[in-house]
Amino acid sequence: MKTLYQFHGGIHPPTNKTQSTQTPIRLAQLPVKLVIPLHQHVGNCAKPVVEAGDYVLKGQLIGRPDGHLSSAIHASTSGTIAAIDMQPVAHASGMADLCVTLIPDGLDKWIELAPCDDWQSLPHTELRHILRNAGVVGLGGAVFPSDMKLYAHKHKIKTLVLNGAECEPFITCDDLLMRERAGEILLGIEMMRTLLYAEEVLIGIEDNKPEAIAAMQAAVTAGGYARMEVIAVPTIYPGGGAKQLIRVLTGIEVAAGVRSTNLGVQCFNVGTAYSVWRAIRYGEPLISRVVTVTGNVAHPQNFDALIGTPMDELVAQADQLPGTTGYIMGGPMMGVLMPSMQVGMIKATNCIIASSDQLFPAAKPAVSCIRCTRCADVCPAELQPQELYWFAKAKNLDKAEDYHLFDCIECGACSYVCPSNIPLVQYYRFAKSEIWAQEAGKKAADAARERHEYRESRIEREKREKAEKLAAKEKAAQDARAQRAALAAVPETGTMPVAAENPVQQKIQAAIEHAKLQAAAAKPKNTEQLTPHQLAEIADIEARRARVRELAKDNTEE
Amino acid sequence: MSGFFSPFITKPVSVSQIMLHVLFALIPGIALYVWFYGPAILVSITLASITALGIEALMLKIQHKPVAPYLKDNSALLTAWLLALSIPTLAPWWLVVVGTAFAISISKHLYGGLGNNPFNPAMVGYAVLIISFPAYMTHWLAPQGVGGVSMSFSDQLGYMFQGLLPDGLTLDAVTMATPLDTLKTQLHQHSQIEHILNMPIYGHLAGKGGEWVAGGFLLGGFYLFAKRLISWHLPVAFLGSLFLIAGIFHLFDPAHYAAPLLHLFSGAAMLGAFFILTDPVTSPTTPRGKLIFAAGAALLTYLIRVFGGFPDGIAFATLLMNITVPLLDAWTQPKVFGKKEKRS
Repeated sequence: MKTLYQFHGGIHPPTNKTQSTQTPIRLAQLPVKLVIPLHQHVGNCAKPVVEAGDYVLKGQLIGRPDGHLSSAIHASTSGTIAAIDMQPVAHASGMADLCVTLIPDGLDKWIELAPCDDWQSLPHTELRHILRNAGVVGLGGAVFPSDMKLYAHKHKIKTLVLNGAECEPFITCDDLLMRERAGEILLGIEMMRTLLYAEEVLIGIEDNKPEAIAAMQAAVTAGGYARMEVIAVPTIYPGGGAKQLIRVLTGIEVAAGVRSTNLGVQCFNVGTAYSVWRAIRYGEPLISRVVTVTGNVAHPQNFDALIGTPMDELVAQADQLPGTTGYIMGGPMMGVLMPSMQVGMIKATNCIIASSDQLFPAAKPAVSCIRCTRCADVCPAELQPQELYWFAKAKNLDKAEDYHLFDCIECGACSYVCPSNIPLVQYYRFAKSEIWAQEAGKKAADAARERHEYRESRIEREKREKAEKLAAKEKAAQDARAQRAALAAVPETGTMPVAAENPVQQKIQAAIEHAKLQAAAAKPKNTEQLTPHQLAEIADIEARRARVRELAKDNTEE
Repeated sequence: MSGFFSPFITKPVSVSQIMLHVLFALIPGIALYVWFYGPAILVSITLASITALGIEALMLKIQHKPVAPYLKDNSALLTAWLLALSIPTLAPWWLVVVGTAFAISISKHLYGGLGNNPFNPAMVGYAVLIISFPAYMTHWLAPQGVGGVSMSFSDQLGYMFQGLLPDGLTLDAVTMATPLDTLKTQLHQHSQIEHILNMPIYGHLAGKGGEWVAGGFLLGGFYLFAKRLISWHLPVAFLGSLFLIAGIFHLFDPAHYAAPLLHLFSGAAMLGAFFILTDPVTSPTTPRGKLIFAAGAALLTYLIRVFGGFPDGIAFATLLMNITVPLLDAWTQPKVFGKKEKRS
């Protein structure tokens, strides 16, 4: 039995998981249309490589990764591209993003795939390349490109942690995936271990999923995997947070801003492991995932659904009940209310909760904080949420940062327990975004100042160069005059050339005078553009000063 | 829908419920109070409650704050009960009203209302009364069976509302100095502790009656702890420190310094440990801050009781330590996740 560690705090909200675990994963019906956002991952938005009107096959690349940190996007089924435009997407911001609208032809015809029987023979760079082009990203919610995380020097990573904790209420997609596809998950894990040169694998699953634990354990035994352990961890929210799970399994605390790999640990979601296996073994890009549809529906269950499936079409298959007010993507603790019911599901969509007033009753009005510190008692980051709230509310952002605002993982446990109904985590999100905005503003101001300074120096330089040129010209002219005078002194009087030269000379002289005047005017900046009244005042002051000086002189002389 | 942003669920707990639990936890102590001193305390509590709610509503109204939600939070009631329990049983009605009104209006609402007051309102009310009306603040009833003369409930009401005593009774006959006060006075007259404790007002551990009421508050404290409404830090650090300090003095000179248990079961020590110091608004939020705060309050309580001029020290000790709360909070910030020790 492995010794487990604890993290501070945590809560036990009603899990509401059994509703959706009664039936096996069901293949979702092909939707009428698919809305596939091109930006479903951390990093740069994928560049579209198709145009409206194009016919695409299932699994065909429609968006190529743009830059180092990016990922590929594929057509989830065969059909015709109807549009590539801005549409509402499943994102917390509620803003529109570039999406590919695909009208399925119903054939669901695959593009020719490149399966690989013997992945061990491939170099690691090649494996990472395959994953990048297959659009494999972390399915636990962070959607970070997996190929970027599967890179390590030898002996750097000791432990590979697989996250099957699934601590958020309502969500059961990983639970069902582990129950039904444990073997393939483990094959993916083995691949990950190879890429990371990791010594041991710890698979953490919360102890409220005995079937999943049993299935995974059986698969480990059947596969004969060495140094791979399935560990039941206590059910506590947010025990499935990467930092929290790493703490529970290894005792290591990964502080904010520190990479777990620097402490010898890498962490992946079990669903990601499954997708890694499918991508490499069968060449299948990430075009579908398991998603829990629950909440205000008659038959909560898990679907294997295509990326881009409009959420309302998916929820309809679980028989949406009347009174549904909207969809929440994710769990009730950290989930996001969707801007519209028609948004397409994305790679990060692990759960869709049809919400209703019965399910999530209106929050009671917030009253004053009584400093009861229930929030501090449950904070897994060991912060003092009541202090952060105070500073965020007062917009005392420096102080909020001093009290480790950016260590907050926004799990919402503080809001959950607050007896005053204060939406605490909202205050922290606000404070963070304020600080980001300020920093962006500061950067913009710095850039503007640099630009301005450069412009000033350029103007100065140009002025100087002009003056130098003029001076050189004048000198040349004088030399020429002297020469001509010398020549003229011999036979005849040269009045004509001198006269011709005069207007130019005058102009140059005038320009120099003007520049001098300007320079003189530029010096005492604070006396520029004064009104006659102000001038009079200054004269007055000067006169008074002179008088005082006179008096002082008189006094000293006496 | 609970709102547009997560979390969409909250634990069904409210300030109102918390305060209700605390009020509930006071009941054993109050019951024993009634048992030993008669039902007059219930009249004081009722009077204080009505005053508190009235003043609270008035203050909310003139500040244009929502009246109903704040009135329902039960915090004003708690202040009222604690103040009523802190002042003598036979207090005239206006004393209760003035104290409560001051506590709610000045020390709570003028500082911003619930959650914003730096000082414990009930203790501010008590301090104002003991400084302004010291004579009235000594009218503690003798417990039943002590002093020979007892007052009926109607006699008590008559005194509280009309200032009238039944024929042939004097105030001195029905009231007494508190056990802590008696101890101090007697020690000044060079009596030995063991002789003093033989006086009829003393029971097993401390004052007769009073020790049982303290036990009732201790029981209520256990309830709060079991319900996780308070953490162990404040009561344990307070009672532990008081025990330790009193114990050291007692060991050093048992003839002149009372045993530590007498201190724990006298005056407002138990009430203070579980119900007054634990007021979350006016106590530190960090675990270490709570320990320092409570230990400081225990030291001050002991010093005021033994060397100071007031019969009990809880109120002033609490108020003095309230001043230090922002500093303690700032100094005792716990280390956050992953930043406890330097890792290489």
